[in-house]
Amino acid sequence: MVNYLVLLMVALAVAAYFVGRSRAVASVGGEVSRLHSLPGQHGLFLAMIAAGPALLAVLIWRIATPGIEDSIVQARFAAELAEFGVPQLQAFLRDARAIAFGGIVSFPDETKEAAAVVFRSLHQTSIGLITALALILAAGGSLFGYSRIAPAYRARHVVERVVKWFLILCSMIAILTTIGIVLSLIFESILFFSEIPIFNFLFGLHWSPQSAFTGAGGEVGDVNTEIFGAVPLLAGTLLITFIAMLIAAPVGLMAAIYLSDYATQRVRAVAKPVLEILAGIPTVVYGFFAALTVAPFFRGVGESIGLDVASESALAAGVVMGIMIIPFVSSLSDDVINAVPQSLRDGSAGLGATRSETIRRVVLPAALPGIVSALLLAVSRAVGETMIVVMAAGLAANLTFNPLEAVTTVTVQIVTLLVGDQEFDSAKTRAAFALGLLLFVITLALNVIALRVVQKYREQYD
Amino acid sequence: MTDTTLSTGPASPDGLHTGDAAKMRLRARYAAEARFKWLGAGAVALAGFFLLLLLSTIVTKALPAFQQHYVMLEVDLSADKIDPADPRAANFLGLVHDGLGNEFPQVSGRQERRLLRGLVSTGAGVVLREEIEADPAMLGGTHRIAVPLDDFADLYLKGLLAKSGPSQRIADVRVSGAGDEVALGFADDAIMAMARGAGAVEGEGGGLRLTSGSQSFLLRIAGGTVKITELSSREAGGAVGKGTVLELLERSVETPADATLRTIETAEADRKITDREIVWLDRLAGAGKIENRWNTLFFFTGASREPELAGIWGAVVGSALTMVVTLALSFPIGVAAAIYLEEFATRNRLTNLIEVNINNLAAVPSIVFGLLGLAVFLNWFSLPRSAPLVGGMVLALMTLPTIIIAARAALRAVPPSIREAALGIGASKVQTVFHHVLPLAMPGIMTGTIIGMAQALGETAPLLMIGMVAFIVDIPGGFTDAATVLPVQIFMWADFPEPAFQQKTSAAILILLGFLVIMNAIAVVLRKRFERRW
Repeated sequence: MVNYLVLLMVALAVAAYFVGRSRAVASVGGEVSRLHSLPGQHGLFLAMIAAGPALLAVLIWRIATPGIEDSIVQARFAAELAEFGVPQLQAFLRDARAIAFGGIVSFPDETKEAAAVVFRSLHQTSIGLITALALILAAGGSLFGYSRIAPAYRARHVVERVVKWFLILCSMIAILTTIGIVLSLIFESILFFSEIPIFNFLFGLHWSPQSAFTGAGGEVGDVNTEIFGAVPLLAGTLLITFIAMLIAAPVGLMAAIYLSDYATQRVRAVAKPVLEILAGIPTVVYGFFAALTVAPFFRGVGESIGLDVASESALAAGVVMGIMIIPFVSSLSDDVINAVPQSLRDGSAGLGATRSETIRRVVLPAALPGIVSALLLAVSRAVGETMIVVMAAGLAANLTFNPLEAVTTVTVQIVTLLVGDQEFDSAKTRAAFALGLLLFVITLALNVIALRVVQKYREQYD
Repeated sequence: MTDTTLSTGPASPDGLHTGDAAKMRLRARYAAEARFKWLGAGAVALAGFFLLLLLSTIVTKALPAFQQHYVMLEVDLSADKIDPADPRAANFLGLVHDGLGNEFPQVSGRQERRLLRGLVSTGAGVVLREEIEADPAMLGGTHRIAVPLDDFADLYLKGLLAKSGPSQRIADVRVSGAGDEVALGFADDAIMAMARGAGAVEGEGGGLRLTSGSQSFLLRIAGGTVKITELSSREAGGAVGKGTVLELLERSVETPADATLRTIETAEADRKITDREIVWLDRLAGAGKIENRWNTLFFFTGASREPELAGIWGAVVGSALTMVVTLALSFPIGVAAAIYLEEFATRNRLTNLIEVNINNLAAVPSIVFGLLGLAVFLNWFSLPRSAPLVGGMVLALMTLPTIIIAARAALRAVPPSIREAALGIGASKVQTVFHHVLPLAMPGIMTGTIIGMAQALGETAPLLMIGMVAFIVDIPGGFTDAATVLPVQIFMWADFPEPAFQQKTSAAILILLGFLVIMNAIAVVLRKRFERRW
């Protein structure tokens, strides 16, 4: 129904464009040069004013109604729902909606049937209202716009102002996204920290949220506040990141040096795409590779030399993550190394240094801030990487720095806590948001430091 | 001055730059130079090696999944089996099982029959039903129908489940006795040595026992198969043994006859398929009743718990729907934002803030976008879980920075003279941008968009957060249906314990990589074709 309304509005907009155009042309008797704005701009103006407000109303209605309907139903069934906790309430509304509008109903009962009737009638009313409103807006807008079209009317100014505001709105989405991320993380985290002291979370040594006790009936009972200690997760993340950087930093850096200072054109033509392909492979593929090929390989090697390697060892996850980050490090440091002016290299060569001496004593020190920043960005990337560790690292939180044992990471725990049909209101699921906040803060800090390093220590050569 | 230094140079062997020590130093420096160069080349080669290893592992694992073995069975579709008035009510799987049972009339006993039935896929009934629905004229007679084999049978036929040793002829073998257990007689005791080599257990009195932990010796004789269980050498020469009949002998072997010995090198305890099933499959294959076909099921069905029925189509459709949403949101918004920042915005605090935000968003871990989607789209706007609509919205937010950054670079590359010319002949700012600058920047913007979409196509973590990890059998039909996407399907299949899913996972990865290669190739072509130097 509403979809047809939207289609109708779109059709109206198209029609309004042509009507506006031809009215503008007719208003000057075909002498288009007498118009202030081009006929097309008059057409656009009419299309915007005819369909725009109505479409906006439908959009707002689409976003706002579910919440309004829910609260009306809740108010009407307040007596029946009085003893419900939030998860049951959500399940109740979900089922009632499913009965009313079609869908999979988990536990039908009489109250839900009654609520479904209310939902259906509410929905009918609101559709009637929005249809009426949209039609009124469309009719009013069309008439108003139609009456404004005249040779001297500044249609172009209106259209261009609308376009400009649309552009501004679009660029604000980046800010809105950041605000959305920060608010949603902080909001859930505050709820979490109201149950679990932040000190226990940041400095606790024990992580096993699966054993958190949640009382029956949805309300959280005595949650053991000692089991949400994030230190083992941070240690695991650190260990895997460290192993990854151990692979990625030297290989990526040397590859960048070789490609920028040694490689012939032909080698570069082959090697660059290889690195780009390595960078373009989805992380889930790396995860599969780690879990199925690399981890058993390390396990086999360990067995043959008498070492006990866990099948989900930090080593396997770290090495594969390192491979994934190689192209990241190499492309970032390639840019930095290429930015070092040729005159420095020539000067060094003129003093009799070999190429490697030039690189080690002149180019690298000059490029150091950029390289440090590239490595920091790579670390931030490794910390936030999810799929490789979800597939190849462990689930149990061990506080160890032995790379042969299984460790878990922040991202793995976020996934484990939130995947599956869990009710969205226990300390367990909120812990995922607290971890997400931690992750966001860590990566943000790394990025900001990386930026500062470049800004502060960069040498200006020109 | 110069003369003196020149003349003394060669004469003194310990001059600062010419002496032996200096030569040694120089040699050391050159050696260091060569080492450094090789280190760099080694790093590049190592990256190439990793790529090759990754791709070759996946390709070799994936190839078997593109084929599937089918067994051709005579299925009785007469009226007393299928009611022509209501064909859908028939027990199709039962009909397939009857057809298989007819191939092996001698198989009796509950357990054995169940084992036999397990050779065909549990989805064989659905395959049969669809075939009848496509051609109702089949009803009423007996028809030869191809049904897919079970995953383990399929893997065995592909040679991935058990390693077969060489078959060899053994002359003068006697078989005596009837029933399941028979006595065997061999003319020479070479078989004893073979059994020892095959891991047979030494029993009492110098006898050998072939257990489930050793290789299997299957003796083909007189149209039947006997599995050797015990062996001992005779003093008079030759050997005697005992065996289990896996397949009834067509005639008794009173006088010594030639036999073929087939060895299965993987011990029965270490494989997921029994000797009996191997014998049955070999018999079917020997009779030409097994066909290796291109695996159409894999390409055109949805997900399933049964590996031989699991297909990729549901995930491909889910991915396509998700990408449509992502593209529809991120392309216009990204281009609009880039146009504003590059062409209209004056440098002020707001635009600075926007730029810092865009750069930061590009570095935010993808899983955090998933948390955003969960908290805002699912919990706040109560949009449906697992839907391509929500997945597409989350991925759009994620790709937005990529598209904005690429679009800005493309807009910046358009020379100012174009803008000045347009403005000079009276175009407004908006007209200049939309009629002149944007079309010229479009190839660059498209390239950036395609690369951003390729990233989004491979993204998994944020979609796990919004419930796209659910097990969904149906092919999604719309933007709000529950769906999964290719990378998530890969993630789920990688977790399944059945060995056949490993091949399926690799095959799905190949398909995903195929899409990525196509997208990137388009981007490269666009760049090559339309790149302009001003």
